[in-house]
Amino acid sequence: MKIHKYDTVIVGAGGAGMRAAIESTKRSRTAVLTKLYPTRSHTGAAQGGMAAALANVEEDNWEWHTFDTIKGGDYLVDQDAAEILAKEAIDSVLDLEKMGLPFNRTPDGTIDQRRFGGHSRNHGEAPVRRSCYAADRTGHMILQTLYQNCVKEGVEFFNEFYVLDQLITEVDGVKKSAGVVAYELATGEIHVFQAKAVIYASGGCGKFFKVTSNAHTLTGDGQAAVYRRGLPLEDMEFFQFHPTGIWRMGILLTEGARGEGGILRNKDGERFMEKYAPVMKDLASRDVVSRSIYTEIREGRGCGPEGDHVYLDLTHLPPEQLDAKLPDITEFARTYLGIEPYTDPIPIQPTAHYAMGGIPTNVEGEVLADNDTVVPGLYAAGEVACVSVHGANRLGTNSLLDINVFGRRAGIAAAEYASRADYVELPENPASLVIEQVERLRDSTGSERVTEIRKALQDTMDANVMVFRTEQTIKTAVEEIGALRERYRNVSVQDKGKRFNTDLLEAIELGNLLDLAEVMAVSALARKESRGGHYREDYPNRDDVNFMRHTMAYREVGADGTESIRLDYKPVVQTRYEPMERKY
Amino acid sequence: MSSATLEKNSSAPADAESTAAHLITVTFRIRRFNPEVSDQAVWEDFQIEMDPKERVLDALHKIKWELDGTLTFRRSCAHGICGSDAMRINGRNRLACKTLIKDINPHKPISVEPIKGLTVLKDLVVDMEPFFQAYRDVMPFLITTGNEPTRERRQSAADRERFDDTTKCILCAACTSSCPVFWNDGQYFGPAAIVGAHRFIFDSRDEGGEQRLEILNDRDGVWRCRTTFNCTEACPRGIEITKAIQEVKRALITRRF
Ligand SMILES: Cc1cc2nc3c(=O)[nH]c(=O)nc-3n(C[C@H](O)[C@H](O)[C@H](O)COP(=O)(O)OP(=O)(O)OC[C@H]3O[C@@H](n4cnc5c(N)ncnc54)[C@H](O)[C@@H]3O)c2cc1C
Ligand code: SF4
Ligand code: FES
Repeated sequence: MKIHKYDTVIVGAGGAGMRAAIESTKRSRTAVLTKLYPTRSHTGAAQGGMAAALANVEEDNWEWHTFDTIKGGDYLVDQDAAEILAKEAIDSVLDLEKMGLPFNRTPDGTIDQRRFGGHSRNHGEAPVRRSCYAADRTGHMILQTLYQNCVKEGVEFFNEFYVLDQLITEVDGVKKSAGVVAYELATGEIHVFQAKAVIYASGGCGKFFKVTSNAHTLTGDGQAAVYRRGLPLEDMEFFQFHPTGIWRMGILLTEGARGEGGILRNKDGERFMEKYAPVMKDLASRDVVSRSIYTEIREGRGCGPEGDHVYLDLTHLPPEQLDAKLPDITEFARTYLGIEPYTDPIPIQPTAHYAMGGIPTNVEGEVLADNDTVVPGLYAAGEVACVSVHGANRLGTNSLLDINVFGRRAGIAAAEYASRADYVELPENPASLVIEQVERLRDSTGSERVTEIRKALQDTMDANVMVFRTEQTIKTAVEEIGALRERYRNVSVQDKGKRFNTDLLEAIELGNLLDLAEVMAVSALARKESRGGHYREDYPNRDDVNFMRHTMAYREVGADGTESIRLDYKPVVQTRYEPMERKY
Repeated sequence: MSSATLEKNSSAPADAESTAAHLITVTFRIRRFNPEVSDQAVWEDFQIEMDPKERVLDALHKIKWELDGTLTFRRSCAHGICGSDAMRINGRNRLACKTLIKDINPHKPISVEPIKGLTVLKDLVVDMEPFFQAYRDVMPFLITTGNEPTRERRQSAADRERFDDTTKCILCAACTSSCPVFWNDGQYFGPAAIVGAHRFIFDSRDEGGEQRLEILNDRDGVWRCRTTFNCTEACPRGIEITKAIQEVKRALITRRF
C-alpha cells in the first residue's frame, strides 16, 4: 500500500473532472485519478452541443434558458441553480472557445448555434437556436480541448487508477472528507490518497440498463463509494431515456439530427410527434418523445417484423447538410446497421442515457450529508452529482453545460477550501475495506458469474423501470435486484492475478451497479406520481402537493448487519417560476 | 405536415432489420501474453457462436465473459469514439468496436494481436505512455499572445474548415502503431502527434505554429515519414493523415501556414 498526499484530489477526468482540474491545479497541488485515460472518458461521445444564450443567430437571453431548464425538469429543478447554469453558460462557452475549441461558425465568424429539444424563445413560443456545437462531435471537442489545456497547465494525472472508497473521519462530531482509496490497474497495488479536498467527477451509471448510450465503464463508482459511507443520493429514480438510440444497440443518434430537421415516423410513415406535441413536435422534451415512441409501438404502429422500433428519417435533408452537420451519426448508421441515411430511414428506439440524480451538492459543488449540512472537503460535479439543475428531466445540451459550469465552480471551491483547511487525519487502516473487497473477490470460489448477474440486472431494469413504470413492475425489479445482490455474494472471478485484472474490476463495478439499481428502484416505488423521466402508469399525473420534493436515499445498516434503504425528502428551491402544466 | 412518406424506402432497411440472428461459428486466434504466468507470448484459439453483424469487440467480450475471464483488453464506448481498443485484427490496425465480424471473413480464423511498436503489458494491452508523451511534446493546445477578447475570437467558416479533418483524432494510436518508421525508431513522433500539431498549426487563431514547427524539425519529427500511407489506411476516423503530414512538411519549408 502506498500513501500519497495532495491538497486536492479529483476523481475522474471527463469534462467535469478536467474542467475542475484546470482551476484547482492553478490554486492547489492537485492529483486527478481516473480509471480511464482522460481522452477515453464518455464526455467524448456527446454529439449535439452545449447550450448558451449567446444570441449569435437570433434573439435569446439567459432568462429564457433558465425557464426552459426549469420547465424541462418538470419543476423539480432547484431554480437558483438553474439560474446560475443559464447565466454562466455564456462565459462557459466563451472560455472553451478561448481554450481553442473549434466550434462551427456563422458566416460572420461567431459561434454558430442550432435548435435542440425543449429550448425555446420567450417561454415556449417557438424553438430557438441555443446549442453551440462542433459538428456532431461537440463532446469530443470539449474533451480534447480540456485535455489539451490540462497538458498546458501541467495537470498531474494518475491514469487507470480506480477509486473504490471514500474516506471519512469524524472531527468534533463533524464528518469530514479525509481522502480516497484507489486500485492501480497495471499493478493491482492499493493507494491511499490523503487530501484536504476531494472532488467526485466520475460520471454516470447507465450500465445497469441493457439498451443504453452509456459506455461499458459508466458504472456509478463515485455514487456507490459515497453512498456506502452513509451519504445520501438524491433523485435517483429520475433517469433519462433518449428517444433516438440505434435500435437494439442503444448507440446514440443526437437530437441534433432532429434539430437539423430530422423527423420521427411510424410504420405508416406518419410524423406522429404532431399528435403528441403540436408546437415543438419532434423537438419536444426527451421524456415526452420517448413515451410517444413507445405509445406508437404499443398501439401497433412500430416498424419492422416485430414492430419494436420507429424510424428517424433524414432522407429529405440534403446530403451536404448531413455531411457537414451530422457526419459521425450518419457513419454510425452505415457502420453498425449497413444503412445509407441519405436514402434510408434509420431504425431507432429509446435508449437509457442520463442520470438526473446523484450525489447531492449545493451550487458551489459541496456535497451534502443531509438536506443542508455540508461535508467539509467533499465536492462533486458533472453527471455523478445532483445540484439539481436537471430536476426530473434534463434538456439536451444542458449536461455539457453543467460539467463546465459546475466543474469549474467545484474546482475553484475545492482548491480554495484546500488552501485554508488542514489535512484531516486518515481513519485507522484506511484501505481495509478495499483490501477486504479485492481479496474476497479474488479468493472466492463461489459459483456465480459476473456476466450472468449483470445480464439479469440489465434485463430486469429494461423490463421494469424504463420508460413506463407501475407499482407492479417496480416491485418486481426491487425483488429481483435483491435476489441478485444475494447471488453477488457468491461471485468469483477467473483472473486471480495482479496485473491489469479487468475481470476483478468488472466484478467490483457490478457491485456498484447493483447498489445503485436498488436505490433507483426503491426511490421510484415511493414516488407515486409521474414527473419528467419518471412515468408511473398507475399515477399518470404530476402531484405537486405530495411530491414536489427531492428524494434523498440513505443506506442504513442495522445492528445485525442487515442493509436497508431509508428515504427522506428535501424541498425544491423555487424562486420566480410557479409550477405549470408542461406542454410542448 | 406529414408530407413525405416512406414508400420509396419501405424495403430498404430490410437487411438491417432482419431480426433472426444467424449465428455462425467463428474462430478467434488471439495473441496472449501475461508475464505473471510466462514470459512467452502464445497464440490461443477460441471458437464461439456469433452473429456476423456483431462487432469484434462483442466477440472479445463473449470470450472474456463466458470462456476465459483472464483475456485482457481495453475498451469503453463500444462505438469508435473513445479510442481504447485499437488492435491488429487480421494483420490490420482497427478498432475492435468498429469492425463487424462479417466484414473480415469469419469463415477463416480471425487473428487478434496487440498493436505494434509499443510494449505489450498483458494480452492486447500495450503501454500507451510513449504515445501520449509524443502527443504532449508537440504543444497540443492553443497558443495566443496579447489580451483575450471579451467575446469569442472570430474565425471564418473557411478558416475553421482548414483544420477540420485533424480535429477528429481520438488518440487511438492505430496510425502510429502501423508506421514502419515508428516501429524501428523510438525517436520518431509518429503520425498521431503530427496530426495533433497540424490541428493547431493550421488553426487561424493560433500563434504557436513556429514553436511547434521547431519541435518537429529538431527531432526530425516529420522528415522521417516515408509516405507509406499505412497510417491513413489505419485511421478509424478517416483522417487523411499522410496529407496532413505533407502539409506540415511544406509549412516547414515555406514557413507559411
Ligand atoms: C452518447 C451521448 C451523447 C451525449 N450528448 C450530449 C450533448 O450533446 N449535450 C449534452 O449537454 N450532453 C450530452 N450527453 C451527456 C453528457 O455527455 C454527459 O453527461 C457528460 O459528458 C458527463 O461528463 P462527466 O465529466 O460527468 O463524466 P464522464 O465524461 O463520463 O467522465 C467520467 C470520468 O470518471 C472516471 N471514473 C469513473 N469511475 C471512476 C473510478 N472509480 N475511479 C476513477 N475514475 C473514475 C472516468 O475515467 C472518466 O474520466 C451525452 C451523453 C452520451 C452518453
Ligand atoms: S489520427 Fe486516426 S489513427 Fe491516428 S490516433 Fe488519431 S484517430 Fe487514431
Ligand atoms: S471502445 Fe471506444 S473506440 Fe472502441
